[in-house]
Amino acid sequence: MQHGRRGPAFWLLAAFFALFVLFLYGPTLTILVLSFQGPSGGLTFPMNGVSFYWFQNLFEAQLVGDFAGSFERSLILGIATMLVTVVLSFSAGLAFRNRFRGSGFVFYLAIASLIVPSILISLGIGLLFRVLGWDPTWYTSAFGAHLTWTLPFGLLIMFAVFNRFDRRYEEAARDLGATPWQTIRHVVIPILLPSLIGVGLFGFTLSYDEFARSLYTAGTFNTLPLEIYGMTTNITTPVLYALGTVTTGVSFLVIALALVSVTWVQRRRARLGSDAGKAA
Amino acid sequence: MSRFSSWTTYLQVAPLSLVFLLFLVVPIATIVVVSFFDYNTTQIIPAFILQNYEELLLSPVTWQTYLQTLEFAAITWLLTFLIGFTLAYFLAFHVRTTTWQTVLFLVCTIPFWTSNVIRMISWIPFLGRNGLANMTLLKMGVIQQPLEFLLYSNFSVVLVYVHLYTLFMVVPIFNSMMRIDRALLEAARDAGASGWQTLINVIVPLCKPGIAIGSIFVVTIVMGDFVTVRMMSGGLSASVALMMANAMSLLQYPAAAANAVVLLILVLMTVAAMMCMVDIRKEL
Repeated sequence: MQHGRRGPAFWLLAAFFALFVLFLYGPTLTILVLSFQGPSGGLTFPMNGVSFYWFQNLFEAQLVGDFAGSFERSLILGIATMLVTVVLSFSAGLAFRNRFRGSGFVFYLAIASLIVPSILISLGIGLLFRVLGWDPTWYTSAFGAHLTWTLPFGLLIMFAVFNRFDRRYEEAARDLGATPWQTIRHVVIPILLPSLIGVGLFGFTLSYDEFARSLYTAGTFNTLPLEIYGMTTNITTPVLYALGTVTTGVSFLVIALALVSVTWVQRRRARLGSDAGKAA
Repeated sequence: MSRFSSWTTYLQVAPLSLVFLLFLVVPIATIVVVSFFDYNTTQIIPAFILQNYEELLLSPVTWQTYLQTLEFAAITWLLTFLIGFTLAYFLAFHVRTTTWQTVLFLVCTIPFWTSNVIRMISWIPFLGRNGLANMTLLKMGVIQQPLEFLLYSNFSVVLVYVHLYTLFMVVPIFNSMMRIDRALLEAARDAGASGWQTLINVIVPLCKPGIAIGSIFVVTIVMGDFVTVRMMSGGLSASVALMMANAMSLLQYPAAAANAVVLLILVLMTVAAMMCMVDIRKEL
């Protein structure tokens, strides 16, 4: 790209971009502000004072359904989905570096899992459990349903990562006498750690926020998005916004945690990396 | 490859394949089977009847709902494509440093990792009768009466679709743009192409795979959506998935299953058409 003065096209596009960011974040900021509404405040502006009233209200379980329980279930489910997604995607990513019979089939299964609408997967698993006479629960059927959403993302990320991975590192490890497991444990995993954290981020957040795939699979006990959805139909106080602020806060915390740890890994690598081959 | 290592390969890919078999293939097969079952008010009865499909396809409501869903998908596709392409173009060709590119790209993608239901709810104080939009317009004197169509209408449904899913266009198109050899753009300029001509004749054709992937995401999500339609239309609009959900809540499982099969065929046909334009495996 040429350097020097930026043309009018740049400023026009920059303004468009800024407007889009406002469009993207504006509503979320609005409910963030409104969740601190005073006790007599309503669902829209103006603010009637500033308070934590609606947050307190949120944690009194009897008033607004089972917030604490559903929050806990969603956290556990999210963490389990994250761990399984990372391990299975990594393992399958390793396998896909070799040619094997049926690789095309598994690949198209993953693509199908992405494009088949969530509601159909939810419906299918729900029907399957009903036909078999099993009760759907959040830790069996919903867990499987969430994996069908997170695994394709994990697998595609692993494909992209292994395409850029230099296999000479592994060969060097093997030449130095490392067993296959040692090569993976001490060479491949440390190199790919930032990407694995990325896959984990997808695994947790996609599961934590999943609605449609939980709908017919969660059974008696709701996950958080189902609980929130239920509340939108019968709660008309700012407690809804307090809930939104809390869950968005959790999401942001997880995203920040992932970004910080990726940066940390990369800094550490730059600091501890060998300077062989670099002239002083 | 030795016999041993091919055995390891299968072991490595088995768990993932098993999840897809148990929670994707078997459930979809179950839907197909159940769509031929009979039912009454209390239970489903194993059978092989075509009545569910007949009732579905002979009802004018079904056709209206499918048309409505396709209309939502088409409008949302057009808007997300135009907006997403513009944003990706700005990021890829006008932002000069990699650091800023990464930061702005993250700004666009972070909402993807937060809750869609919450992001829908957050439009309510904005669009409502006494919401920010109406209040501002009234104060400015642009309108005398609050606009009623802002919330609980097809307008708010499409607005939220664009809000939620534009990102699915930005990411793959940006990815395609970053692979374009910058020398090609210089060549186009040297050959006398204007900026606009370069965009239309060089950049857009080279972005086709990214556009196709983004389109597949947006179109399939909108075609299978019911939460947005239910929440943002306030029950005034219909969608195929909402129709299915209603059948489910009435315990008419085989009817819902038949509808699901028809929807699935429609989605797969749409995707197959778009896949013709792109080899996804080359995109990674």
